[in-house]
Amino acid sequence: MFTFAAKFGGLKLYLKMQKENILKIFLACLLMVVSFSTPAISQEHDQHPEPEQHATHQESAEHDEVGAIDTEEEVKEYIDHHLQDSHDFTFFSDAETGAHYGFPLPIILWDGGLKVFSSSKFHHGDEVVEADGQYYRLYHSKIYKTNAEGDIAYGEDGFPSNERPLDFSITKNVLTMLLVSVLMFILFRSLATSYKSRTIPKGFGRVLEPLVIYVRDDIAKPNIGKNYRKYVGFLLTVFFFIWILNLLGMTPLGVNVTGNIAVTFALALCTFFIVQFSGNKDYWKHIFWMPGVPVPMKIMLAPIELLGIFIKPFSLMIRLFANMTAGHIIIMTLLGLIVVFQNWIAGPAFFGFTIFISIIELLVAFLQAYIFTLLSALYIGMAVEEHDDHHPADNEDIPVL
Amino acid sequence: MEALDLSMIGAGIIILGAGWGLGKIGSSAMEGIARQPEAAGKIQTAMIIIAALLEGVAFAALFAA
Repeated sequence: MFTFAAKFGGLKLYLKMQKENILKIFLACLLMVVSFSTPAISQEHDQHPEPEQHATHQESAEHDEVGAIDTEEEVKEYIDHHLQDSHDFTFFSDAETGAHYGFPLPIILWDGGLKVFSSSKFHHGDEVVEADGQYYRLYHSKIYKTNAEGDIAYGEDGFPSNERPLDFSITKNVLTMLLVSVLMFILFRSLATSYKSRTIPKGFGRVLEPLVIYVRDDIAKPNIGKNYRKYVGFLLTVFFFIWILNLLGMTPLGVNVTGNIAVTFALALCTFFIVQFSGNKDYWKHIFWMPGVPVPMKIMLAPIELLGIFIKPFSLMIRLFANMTAGHIIIMTLLGLIVVFQNWIAGPAFFGFTIFISIIELLVAFLQAYIFTLLSALYIGMAVEEHDDHHPADNEDIPVL
Repeated sequence: MEALDLSMIGAGIIILGAGWGLGKIGSSAMEGIARQPEAAGKIQTAMIIIAALLEGVAFAALFAA
């Protein structure tokens, strides 16, 4: 609930609401802790007279019976699974009954022909699917070709050595990105058309207008310069796309799109191509044969500058990916620690930590979108900059120190 | 005896350095803003760019480890 409020109403509203509801939240948290820790306490009590080995054995056995995520391995597995893309959209799972609540997504494969079927056929990785005489199996959210029994052979590196078909499936991440695209199209179209009849926008457009102007006037204009208008469209798209996806990662939907290196790679690739194709003569000149530098130095610097072309978008890719992945891991680890410790102190403490980190993550969600946009604008600005070839070293009026 | 894996320690050292650098950036920016409050916006933008670049180094270290 708090993430939704913060998403739509901003941090201030959240903080205000938090102040009013802090008692309620605390009480709710206490209740939760009580309900979680009660079995643990009684169980501890039972185990005291028994020897150590028996206790651990009984503990694991009892936990298996309960079926909740109790051990560290299970928490780790859960986090790993959350960070990955998935072929079905699961909101939550009941480990006790093995039921998954969510909906399946279509699977589209190209393997000597187009093959389309629903991911519900895999039964969350339990079953082998036969499509046009070829057998497929889901293993750690990836599809492998197998034989009829669904055997997976492991290579020397410990990873499956089975062949993989070309996977064009509408996965969880793809679906989220499509939904965000549609949402952005509707929102910004209504914003744009509202200017036809009136000077100020209506409804949600009033939230978007200052942000659009902010990106235009504070990111694009000072960093790109004269011909900034051409690039505002790309910068706005990237900014809102990343921001909305980052915020969606904070909701209980459990999507981790910007924390997927393929997604950030594609975004960085867009920046890369735009920078290279809008680069003018001066840009290439400053890379391969920079003026005002001695010739031996030019030969040494050219490869470094050439490498710089690729390092810039690469750093964009890594920064966004690493920040979002780190945020997700921190939040889920803190929540996981509640389940690992299962006592009165750890419950409220890690609950509080999680709220604290969540607020920071809200800031990071904006900051990463801002930085990606800002650095893209900066790189574009470097490429389209008009140099007047006025170098202090060439100018005799300024003494060279 | 298998060789001791020092890559995480190396990453730790790099992150210490990055943290120190971020502190330097923050303190210098604060000083700059205090001296010249009207330039706060420009200083802030420059600060964030440098911080982002530094962060890139720290993450590169984390991934290399």
